[in-house]
Amino acid sequence: MNAPQLDALVASASQGVEFDGLSVAADSEEYRVEIPGERLETDEAGLRAFAEENPWYVSNWYYWTRTVGSEGARYAFLRWIEDAGRPVGERYEALSTGVSRTWGQLRVSATIGEDGKRRYALGHVDDAESASLDTYSDPLAARELVKLDDRGRYRPLSTAPTLPTGWEYPNLDGEDLVRTVDFIYPATVENWHREREGELDVTHFREAAERQSGIYEIVSQLSVEELEAAAETCCVDSQCLKRRQWDEDEETDLDVPRGDGEFPCREPCSLFVTAARKFVTLGREEMRSYEFELTPTEKEQIEEIIDAVAEGRTDEIREADLNEGANRYRARYLRARRMPDGELSGTSTYPED
Amino acid sequence: MQALVIVGHGSHLNPGSSRPTFSHADTIRETGVFDEVREAFWKEEPSFREVLRTLESDEVYVVPLFISEGYFTEQVIPRELRLEGWDVSAWESGDGVSADHATLKASDVEKTIHYCGPAGTHDSMSDVIVRRAESVTGDSEVGDGFGLAIVGHGTERNENSAKAIEYHTDRIRESGRFDEVRALFMDEEPEVDDVTDFFSTTDIVVVPLFIADGFHTQEDIPEDMGLTEDYRRGYDVPAEVDGHRIWYSGAVGTESLMADVLLERAAEAGADVRGLSDGDASRGVADD
Ligand code: SF4
Repeated sequence: MNAPQLDALVASASQGVEFDGLSVAADSEEYRVEIPGERLETDEAGLRAFAEENPWYVSNWYYWTRTVGSEGARYAFLRWIEDAGRPVGERYEALSTGVSRTWGQLRVSATIGEDGKRRYALGHVDDAESASLDTYSDPLAARELVKLDDRGRYRPLSTAPTLPTGWEYPNLDGEDLVRTVDFIYPATVENWHREREGELDVTHFREAAERQSGIYEIVSQLSVEELEAAAETCCVDSQCLKRRQWDEDEETDLDVPRGDGEFPCREPCSLFVTAARKFVTLGREEMRSYEFELTPTEKEQIEEIIDAVAEGRTDEIREADLNEGANRYRARYLRARRMPDGELSGTSTYPED
Repeated sequence: MQALVIVGHGSHLNPGSSRPTFSHADTIRETGVFDEVREAFWKEEPSFREVLRTLESDEVYVVPLFISEGYFTEQVIPRELRLEGWDVSAWESGDGVSADHATLKASDVEKTIHYCGPAGTHDSMSDVIVRRAESVTGDSEVGDGFGLAIVGHGTERNENSAKAIEYHTDRIRESGRFDEVRALFMDEEPEVDDVTDFFSTTDIVVVPLFIADGFHTQEDIPEDMGLTEDYRRGYDVPAEVDGHRIWYSGAVGTESLMADVLLERAAEAGADVRGLSDGDASRGVADD
């Protein structure tokens, strides 16, 4: 607590203060002040003395009502970070050593700075113990920082679980913290807040599809079975950290797990709609029968290859691990043996041509 | 409080697509004129659907970083922003190049939205094209003895894209600064492939009216004009083609002066830009 904070408290007493267990009221020269377990009726000097003995209550009140401004998504998010439902004393104890929360793949930590001001640190969850990180302070830098994953590939979906590592924002104030998070996971804080307030405006698939125009108009043709497969393809936790809150429509839930993410997905995103458009065109083809000659192991190998690609595991398969079906030598051998002229088992895709 | 939102196309495939939007947004942030400046994209995040809720300001100026009036600026963006009662007639642009602005409410936020016409059809875009010619030639007086080709996509889905090209071509021609000024297209006549057929000047500056560099401006156009056999090997500036010297500038949208066009759009829609010195946001900012 510092002198301006105390002066602000005294000045606010006549309108009444009620915040996080601190209560102050004034009636002409008479003050009443209360914290859990203590209550005092006194004059201004007495109020000041009481505040000096309980500085945390004052600096806490000042930080939340004056520095942050007590409403909206930013306020709610910053309060959530320090689990502000707890008593002030307990919170200050915890903040003195630091408290952390996970937001997608972000780790947000809060500590107490001078006069109750919170300081925040932001980084990748996997970098919590890492010593050699590039440090940043400008929220705007986050846009470039998260554009590519650790393998150097472009990340078109901000909430894909491929957030790059190796960087940190060691010291942000509350406003810059929320701006930085908004550059990394845009609109997640706002939508999370709306959800907590019971005001999340979910747009279900059918309604979102209805709205599409141009080349995306056809996504409304997606059947419910295809929609289930599409959600399983794009929206599960291994692919996207948002928690899917949209379904086929208001009445019809999808069976695919929604995910355990902290922040909600309120409607199919542009990547999903683009994928859905492709799935509609794939679904237009008629099934036909093919006959292939493969050994049982070769059939399993094809399944293993599909699995490895679908799970993004191909990089993990060791060069010389010939027991892995999706190993490169195994795949090359299969191709050499079973794909003369590039077609599986020599079977033409369009035999009639 | 007032906010500026720059809305761009973005891309699922090309990480560079959003860079011009970011860099113009940063230029405008530095002026301090707006309490908030935010980028939003069709293919990236925040999406058009969710950008407005991330702002604290009650007055929001939305400027599309798009070249033409048409499908995106008239249908997609207003629909996705949930602008209530939007109708393209509010822009009073009968000819496809005269959009101004409209003031509306968005249905998911309590804010006033000033929806502006695209950067590409604003008059000051002609200045950006000329500035691009200056920067690629390294000559702030460029014009005498030079031809200027402004290159567009062509008709495709949207006939207005050609109108924007023609509009700036006419304006720059009328200014008399260059010996010759022509509009050329990628997929319709007159075609950029035959650029040297259309000019009698030895020197031709070629400026593509595109927002971001990508496939079209870095691969197709240089190869079509014969600047290079294979875009991966790059090309010279200027490059000799059929006895002409072609000064190819790359996408005009990366020119830093674009930030001024965005600011002018917002100012004309009523944004308070009094904090701005000389109305030139990009002064002293290096081109990149
Ligand atoms: S639609 Fe699916 S992939 Fe897209 S943001 Fe939502 S949960 Fe993620």
